[in-house]
Amino acid sequence: MGAKTTTNPDIERILGLMALATGDEKHEPSAYSTLDVLWVLYDRVLRYDPCSPRWEGRDRFVLSKGHGPLAFYAILADKGFFPADELRRFERWEGILGAHPDRNQVPGAEVSTGSLGHGLPMAIGMALALRAKGCGARVFALVGDGESNEGTIWESALLAGNQRLANLTAIFVNNHTSSNDLGDLAAKLAAFGWSAATVNGRDHAQIEAALRATDPERPSAVVAMVEPRR
Amino acid sequence: MTTSSKASSTTKSKPRIAATMRAQMVRTVEAVMAADERVVLLLADVGVEQFRGALRAYPTRALNVGIMEQTLVSAGAGMALEGFIPVMHTIAPFLVERAFEQIKDDFCFQGLGGSFISIGASYDYSTEGMTHHAPGDVQILRSLPGMRIVVPGTPGEFDNIFRAAYADAAPTYYRLSVARNAEDRPARFGRAVTLRRGRAATVIAVGPLLDAALAASEGLDVTLLYYTTVAPFDGETLRRSHEGGPVVLVEPFYAGTLTPAVVAALAPQPVRVEAIGVPREVLTRYGTPEQHDAALGLTPGGIRARLAQLIPA
Repeated sequence: MGAKTTTNPDIERILGLMALATGDEKHEPSAYSTLDVLWVLYDRVLRYDPCSPRWEGRDRFVLSKGHGPLAFYAILADKGFFPADELRRFERWEGILGAHPDRNQVPGAEVSTGSLGHGLPMAIGMALALRAKGCGARVFALVGDGESNEGTIWESALLAGNQRLANLTAIFVNNHTSSNDLGDLAAKLAAFGWSAATVNGRDHAQIEAALRATDPERPSAVVAMVEPRR
Repeated sequence: MTTSSKASSTTKSKPRIAATMRAQMVRTVEAVMAADERVVLLLADVGVEQFRGALRAYPTRALNVGIMEQTLVSAGAGMALEGFIPVMHTIAPFLVERAFEQIKDDFCFQGLGGSFISIGASYDYSTEGMTHHAPGDVQILRSLPGMRIVVPGTPGEFDNIFRAAYADAAPTYYRLSVARNAEDRPARFGRAVTLRRGRAATVIAVGPLLDAALAASEGLDVTLLYYTTVAPFDGETLRRSHEGGPVVLVEPFYAGTLTPAVVAALAPQPVRVEAIGVPREVLTRYGTPEQHDAALGLTPGGIRARLAQLIPA
């Protein structure tokens, strides 16, 4: 992470929290790719109460790919879901923060993920449930570009489009880890019936505008382009 | 929850118990949906015609997702995360084997409840061939911590057990079959029923093979136990009832699926376990399920012949 230069104090602070984690850092590039979109989501868009993580009216966030959760954990700590000291026990026997999040251990984690392609279809179930309950909350799911090789991502794209899940927003963070060329992801999702936009995944104003936008008839996709992993 | 709860008009005029397990599934699930707003139904293009009443009556609580079994199960987990009780249904190999990791990660690992109801037990879809067979469903599901497995023997038993168990916060698999026993037994969730007492052996009959096992063991000095819940396995009834000799399983799925459960239940006492069931072979014939039963010896005569070999005179 030392190569990153930034002047944003919020991002600097989150990077500092991430540095508290002393575990195995093999997931570091993917942790870092999500940093800006997750910060903007939690700082400016998502409705939640860290003192009541399961408050019914909250917006839901699903880290679909599960991989690289360090930025997610650091932001949850920064927002008060759990003490920042917990980050020092990242991936440790005595800690609650593994390399993939467990909803039954991490305050603020809505779902347990890790095997790729599970989170987005679960987010669809949550969005269907909120619709059935008449709850106006939104569901956000963060999907990796590598994860987008999984068939269930495209099953989900088809289903959410057909169900016109306007309360669902999928954020595709593209740091070019996919072995298969994904082409124009936003165009693909639009073809599946989504309202899709591509943004610079480091530009907070662009990210915020895209995350705030909804379509009354269609699920939303935000393709966040970030630099290729090293 | 603020959902509408109109009873499906299709269930009103019919008797509560149907002739087949599949028809019973529709009646039971629709009745439970009418009474409990937390219950949601997810289909994957199978059963859409049968469940048309529920799909019409509950547009937000009953949904056909199309042919995507993995997403069927994950979406069900997502609804469970929001407090609903999902019922997911399709043909056994696609529900269990294709979506196995979704059942494991999204339900068992997250600690969520829901009902998985399959049709197409073992070779019920005999004409469709081996890709539509699922004699291995119970075996792989038994590997999952917390997974509950029910193999009803009649439509009425399914109705009773489902109504008693559906709202428990645990993942539960219901294995429905074309084959059925003639009459209901007092089968409760998690409990075996003792139907005969004897000393030469204990025969464990599972679900729809009970009638064949009963006929096959007529006149033999055996204990006969009837299991409809196979996970958790009612070891207590077995321990209490087993008076000696071998334990002979009569299983409508892969033979020996329940051998570890029997051995564990009787430990530390050593026991000889024999299994009569579907062999671990690729079944390439078509025809009818009854022809498969006959070829594999899963008939009263076939089971009787095996028992005669296995049980000391």
